[in-house]
Amino acid sequence: MPPVRARPLSPHLEIYRWQISNTLSILHRITGVSLSIGFLALIYWLMAVAGDADSYAGAARLFANPLGIIGLVLLTFAFFYHLLNGVRHLVWDVGLGFERGERRASGWIAVIGAVALTIGVWALVWSFQRS
Amino acid sequence: MSLRSPLGRVIGLGSAKHGSGTWWAERVSSVALIPLTLWFVFSLLLLRSLDYSTVRAWLSVPVSGFLAAVTVGVMAYHSYLGTVAVVEDYVHAPALKLASLLLLRFVHVLAGGAGIFAILRIAFVA
Repeated sequence: MPPVRARPLSPHLEIYRWQISNTLSILHRITGVSLSIGFLALIYWLMAVAGDADSYAGAARLFANPLGIIGLVLLTFAFFYHLLNGVRHLVWDVGLGFERGERRASGWIAVIGAVALTIGVWALVWSFQRS
Repeated sequence: MSLRSPLGRVIGLGSAKHGSGTWWAERVSSVALIPLTLWFVFSLLLLRSLDYSTVRAWLSVPVSGFLAAVTVGVMAYHSYLGTVAVVEDYVHAPALKLASLLLLRFVHVLAGGAGIFAILRIAFVA
């Protein structure tokens, strides 16, 4: 009897060829977990709003420091990507958009759309800051 | 409405050891979050200024406070379902898995409850 060779199980990251479909699927999970952490930040902010002006100023300082801003920008991207890719999943769930070209196009729409919306939102915030 | 097959209902399938109930709950909460989160984000953006009195005045309007509380509740539920799915997929040691799932449940109930309580305080306590 030939020796039994350990066979790779799917999905096996070392042998799996990276392509847009699995990259976007993993990004959906990463952005989802990031948004769960962002949810806790939102609760902290709401509790600060419910407190007095000092508690709110403390929270506002935390979010406005450079690391806070970077975190908020990344969360904005995570939100729009998870939203757009989530809609993509819902469309698949009703049985549409499975063709190769459609899958690729909708994936790129989710990524490029999320980047564009993130830039748009922060451009608006920046313009409000200046006015 | 249930999408479970009779066989799946009898033996229980998947890493969660139950059928399509969670899958369906994920879809329902995600559909609800599309308008709710978009409303929340763009309402904040349209406030233009996020200073203390502006934010409080916004959440004191009954429709805003109500929708914000609902948004926080559905967010907590959807986030709970999502993080539980991640733990079920990647955490295999039984004790660590149980502890992680309990922690996720406690954190989400506490956070969701705290968020809704904070909004009620803003709306009802001057």
